[in-house]
Amino acid sequence: MKPLPRWADNILLPLLNVTLAFLIGGLIVAAVGQNPLQAVGIMLYGAFGYGNGLGYTLYYTTDFVFAGLAVSFAYHAGLFNIGPEGQAYFGGLGVIFVALGLNGVPWYLVAPLMVIAGAAFSAFWAFIPGILQAKRGSHIVITTILFNFIATLLVGYIIDYMLRPPGSDTDSSAPILAATRIPQLRTFIPYFGHSPVNLTVFLAVIALVLVYWLIWHTKFGFSMRALGQNPVAANYAGISNQKMIMLVMIISGALAGMVAVNNVGGVQGRLIINFVNGAGFVGVAVAFMGKAHPIGVALSALLFGALYQGGSELAFSMPGVTKEMILTIQAMVILFTGAMGDMLRLPLQSLFARFEKAR
Amino acid sequence: MANQPDQSHAQRPSGAAASPIAIELIGINKHFGPVHANKDIHLVVKRGTVHGIVGENGAGKSTLMSILYGFYIADSGQILVNGQQQSITDSRHALALGIGMVHQHFMLVDNFTVLENIVLGAEDSPLLDRTLAHARTQLTELARDYELEVDPDALIENLSVGQQQRVEILKALFRGADTLILDEPTGVLTPAEADHLFRILKKLRAEGKTIILITHKLREIMAITDEVSVMRQGAMVKTLITAQTSPPELAELMVGRRVLLRVEKGPAHPGEVMLEVEHLVVTDDFKIPRVKDISFSVRAGEIVGIAGVAGNGQSELLESISGMRDQQSGVIRLNGTPLSLEGDDGAARARDAGLAHVPEDRLRMGLISSFQEWENSILGYHNRYGRGLGLDIDKAKQDAQAYVAKFDIRPPTIDLKTANFSGGNQQKIVLAREMERDPLVLVVGQPTRGVDIGAIEFIHNQIIKMRDAGKAILLVSVELDEIRSLSDRILVLFDGKIVGEADPATSTEGELGLLMAGVHAGNVPAAGPGTLPAHETPVEKTLVERGPNEQSIKDSQP
Repeated sequence: MKPLPRWADNILLPLLNVTLAFLIGGLIVAAVGQNPLQAVGIMLYGAFGYGNGLGYTLYYTTDFVFAGLAVSFAYHAGLFNIGPEGQAYFGGLGVIFVALGLNGVPWYLVAPLMVIAGAAFSAFWAFIPGILQAKRGSHIVITTILFNFIATLLVGYIIDYMLRPPGSDTDSSAPILAATRIPQLRTFIPYFGHSPVNLTVFLAVIALVLVYWLIWHTKFGFSMRALGQNPVAANYAGISNQKMIMLVMIISGALAGMVAVNNVGGVQGRLIINFVNGAGFVGVAVAFMGKAHPIGVALSALLFGALYQGGSELAFSMPGVTKEMILTIQAMVILFTGAMGDMLRLPLQSLFARFEKAR
Repeated sequence: MANQPDQSHAQRPSGAAASPIAIELIGINKHFGPVHANKDIHLVVKRGTVHGIVGENGAGKSTLMSILYGFYIADSGQILVNGQQQSITDSRHALALGIGMVHQHFMLVDNFTVLENIVLGAEDSPLLDRTLAHARTQLTELARDYELEVDPDALIENLSVGQQQRVEILKALFRGADTLILDEPTGVLTPAEADHLFRILKKLRAEGKTIILITHKLREIMAITDEVSVMRQGAMVKTLITAQTSPPELAELMVGRRVLLRVEKGPAHPGEVMLEVEHLVVTDDFKIPRVKDISFSVRAGEIVGIAGVAGNGQSELLESISGMRDQQSGVIRLNGTPLSLEGDDGAARARDAGLAHVPEDRLRMGLISSFQEWENSILGYHNRYGRGLGLDIDKAKQDAQAYVAKFDIRPPTIDLKTANFSGGNQQKIVLAREMERDPLVLVVGQPTRGVDIGAIEFIHNQIIKMRDAGKAILLVSVELDEIRSLSDRILVLFDGKIVGEADPATSTEGELGLLMAGVHAGNVPAAGPGTLPAHETPVEKTLVERGPNEQSIKDSQP
């Protein structure tokens, strides 16, 4: 059958999938005796309707953009990096070391160093699976998953036994002083209320553009895509499989490290146990829904950001809708846009074919 | 349905009434989106004949046969089997009507025995033993009747390609096929195996079976068919009695213009040695030596052809010279300088030294089918576009546009996905990319595999042109005709060694065939194709010993 036109493939199909997910979510809400339309209204208002909500949405979106880009970037080289969660967590170490080492120095001097250190630490954490894949053929999916666990335990240990200030009973490092923290947007724009969105959100925009340029407008990106699409042809073209795998994983990891910059340097101001809180895994869904394209990643990151923020707003103002149900709705979106993303393709194609014939 | 079948039997060949008709197609139409793959096709296949269907790639041959075999359903038109109108909905239905198909890519389970493969899907009882016993008797009968000997207990993976094909034929016969459709059956066979296949087909015809042979090799059409139908661009051009036609006429009907079947070339003027290979040893992925201490050289301005049955070390030789595969020992010199090609980016260094490579399997190696045309036209040379990190896309597109014009690549749309080009045009994309970099040495593997007649002519001429421009050319091909007509010198590769050198002007196909089979000319007195033993040629024997799996994979191509 004839493939769908591009606009239908890239816009209509995802839109239908999201709508379907919300319909099913609506049924769940209705099943507990609540009004689904009202719930949608609350979610939309909570995510975009006022400054504080919008700020939270953008804060989540920032995380998801970085994690989504990390997955997308590696995906173009044929590598399925499922480890942004652990990579970001490990990157947190780099950020906190720099920030605490230079505690009190003005943020505009420290922030670039936090970015570099976060990138370097996360890149290192991604590089190990990379080199194992390149030199030993260990499957990157397996190793990156396992490295998530190692990061959880290792960083947890470092926080608890090395970074926790004496006498403190919280699972976190010492705080970064206010002058050194990356400023939040509310300090310039009061509209954002008390929301955590900070200057890192602009870094996310830069990263989107940079990744786009890297993939489609550089020799490196050309080689990387060649490798991802056809490794034998890449070998024929003289592209070093091993070097590319390691380089791509380093860059992918560095992107994941920006999640740490956003949270450790910009929001929490210290290294807290499990600060990544699933953002790395959401990145996988974001990358797939966004078809590994920066524009798609930006849009789906925004959708997930809105779901997160709107969801917690919903749980707050509709007591009948529990947190678990909101998780279910989020899972529906992942299910319908990711795993079952092609479910409506065939019906849509035959619909288009019929429409064309009728004309 | 938009089109009603056209009832006028305009193209029914004369004399159709003389013998009963096995298959008749009337007014078959099939669309794939905007592509009109079959345009009002009429075809009459007489019982007990071998009916050839020729046409270029994309002419609609396979679509038509798929409709007959129930894989596709026609948009309009009728199918008559033994004079009865049928609507064939799936291949099971086709089989029930006695129509069997031998696919180009075998549908066999590698780690099953011959017998198990034959009963697969046709088990007549839940207990396998009874089915197998029953099948064994039938198989013995079939094998005796049609000279289709294969060991029923051999594993498929241990059989040569020719033997696997026999199993496919047996499978169809076991299911009661009277009409056999063979899709490009000789594409993967050695000349001797092809001869054997034709003997089998003649035997089948003598027993009253009907055979439809799809091919683009005119020699085969002339050798075995009774009638031949020519297709071009989805339409049935003409059906002819084979005895009353000639290859040039068929080629012209296929392409729609006159085609030169012979390569015109002047004498070579060899210059300096450009490519020198000394004591080269190369192993395959399993560390088994495939190239065993080979030495040869290629001079500027000459074409050296490497002949041999597929799987005798050609792939490994090509891959090691072009830097894709590490060599175990030996030296490769380019214009006097030894090349160091170790590591997984050796191909880049080979290119930098001036060695261009047209790989034998363009879809697997030479192209990235999901890339746009312009991206493939810089693949391997992409680091020459733009300074620093950036890729100079404008320059790349400019070059791609120039190649498209010079090599007449169609459609001339450089933004089109490469997968959407035909085989011949894909090969032109590769050739243009490799030839237009002004290399010192051009290494070419299977330049015309799966390529249309019209494009073959063009590709051959381009290779000759490169030679006349003073390039050293190493040509590897399993098509003996191609090697003989293009090469200035022929080296025969057998079991990883060069077993002989021949002058294309004086050597016969028979002599080369024996060398390719590992029989040295001295051992056999009157050498000629007819002297090969009937059922187990030396070629097949060696193939069996080596296990031809990888060969069958490499040889298959869409």
